[in-house]
Amino acid sequence: MKIILKNIEKRGYKGDIESYLKNGGYNALKKALKIKPDQILSEIKKSKLVGRGGAAFPTGLKWEFAKNSKEYPKYVVCNADEGEPGTFKDRLILENDPHLLIEAMVICGFTVGAEVGFIYIRGEYFKAYEVLKKAIEEAKIHNLLGKNILGSNFSFKITLYRGAGSYVCGEETALLDSLEGKKGQSRVKPPFPTFVGFKNKPTVLNNVETFANIPEIILNGGEYFSKIGSPNSPGTKLYCLSGDIKKPGVYELPTNVTLKELIEKYGGGCEGKLKAILPGGVSSNFLTDKELNITLDYPGVQQAGSMLGSGAVIVINDTHCMVDLAKRCAEFFDYESCGKCAPCREGTKRAREILTDITQGKGELGDLTLLKELQEVMFDTSRCGLGQTALNAICSAIEKFPAEFKEHISRKKCRLKICPM
Amino acid sequence: MKISTNISGNKSKTEGGEMLLAKCKGELKILLKEYDNKREALLPCLHLIQEKCGYLTEEIILFLAKELNLPPVEVYSVVSFYSMFNLKEKGKFIIRVCVSLPCYLRGSQMILETLKNELNIEVGQTTKDKKFTIEAVSCLGLCDKAPAMMVNKEVYGDLTPQKVKEIIRQYKRGEGR
Repeated sequence: MKIILKNIEKRGYKGDIESYLKNGGYNALKKALKIKPDQILSEIKKSKLVGRGGAAFPTGLKWEFAKNSKEYPKYVVCNADEGEPGTFKDRLILENDPHLLIEAMVICGFTVGAEVGFIYIRGEYFKAYEVLKKAIEEAKIHNLLGKNILGSNFSFKITLYRGAGSYVCGEETALLDSLEGKKGQSRVKPPFPTFVGFKNKPTVLNNVETFANIPEIILNGGEYFSKIGSPNSPGTKLYCLSGDIKKPGVYELPTNVTLKELIEKYGGGCEGKLKAILPGGVSSNFLTDKELNITLDYPGVQQAGSMLGSGAVIVINDTHCMVDLAKRCAEFFDYESCGKCAPCREGTKRAREILTDITQGKGELGDLTLLKELQEVMFDTSRCGLGQTALNAICSAIEKFPAEFKEHISRKKCRLKICPM
Repeated sequence: MKISTNISGNKSKTEGGEMLLAKCKGELKILLKEYDNKREALLPCLHLIQEKCGYLTEEIILFLAKELNLPPVEVYSVVSFYSMFNLKEKGKFIIRVCVSLPCYLRGSQMILETLKNELNIEVGQTTKDKKFTIEAVSCLGLCDKAPAMMVNKEVYGDLTPQKVKEIIRQYKRGEGR
């Protein structure tokens, strides 16, 4: 069952407009332009598609809010600022099937009544930027972008906008600030971007993978889509397997796949002995081999006490020290915190300091409680997801591997001799 | 870098700053016009300068501030916020080594050590001949090819210390991709 990679996995598929058209590309747009926006919206809602960027917000609802708004102009923004460590699925779409994204964005614009779209692509994706630039030009030539698309009275343009190396810009409100030429710092929510977005106008902001599902829903109907995979969050998902895994890569699978199947059947198993798994990048909680049977849909992973996020499944074997990895995560968030709100700015810094001390044999047992308290405060008071989830991996490592932490603190010993004691 | 708040006042100029600005002024004007001299033009302008000149100087910041009707400090704060914009001259080849978790698990530390030894500099530094700069960066989305790095726009994956040495030697000989 392939929806997003159906073209990419075809032999000889090049991703240019000719290949895309030959494989039925832009048929969804043609169909969409003939039916009413209300009807498109009802199909998207019926599909039960939820955002694939991490937050899993119902896409249909998002589009409906923007559509119903009386404020103009409205905007469509694609979040292509893929930055969650362990995520590399959007790159695959952007570099190999850019028209899939363009088609979906035009459909979105038509549905909500927007005539301007932006693709915010991360600065380091040089190749994807060039590919998209070319694809946009191709689409313009074929009258799939620009004025009076395919003879209709609907016009839509897409501007490519490059980020410049900032993880937090993947957060939707920080992305909007960056798109406005400011520092990428998150805004207070609510109001949400669907009401007050780019330049304070209604803005639909979706992840690349979310958009990539739209043409299929238009062509085959929302009900068809809702029957694929897990009924709780239907469709397929691009799972990015990385770390100590035999066959790393992006796997498109129905959302009812289990973690065990993904790792063993598709990923060829863990390299070495499995110790821990991060199912949704470094913002998620660690899972262990006890949780291998969970379903990889949004509610399934949440029930196991973690989150699916963008689908970055990082596999870790027993040659790694969990205290050291926790410190790594803390360093990452300390570096990437935008500095706007105090809980995140200070919290990530303190977490890094505490964990560095522990890895150097200078920790105290009270530090572990302190980190837990810090996580609670940061979750309650940080402005955006970065601060709210920054200590997830760290605290879950403490919870699931307490002996390792206690050994570092009380006996000043790293059994794997990784930490510099 | 010194930033003067008085655009027309006396200030110490960055060496060659005027020259760098002159190099891209024409293209900048076109880009600014595309964006109607609105603030959204800032990042595209910075990218353009970075691409053409390698780094951003005080003159450039003052020029953009004037064109976009922003206080220079505001432009400076944007420049310094994003890790891809440089306020100092960097090497001809910027080596970005991913140090995020998936690459770390696969040995990114060893890649960094090899680079440091091979080039005789620390992370964040530039070689004396201004050829190479090493940067440790967050996830580059190359986790299936971990450990990975980029040299300017080129991507290198499944690295080993040996491979890294070869890549660097190729660049030293001027045969880099």
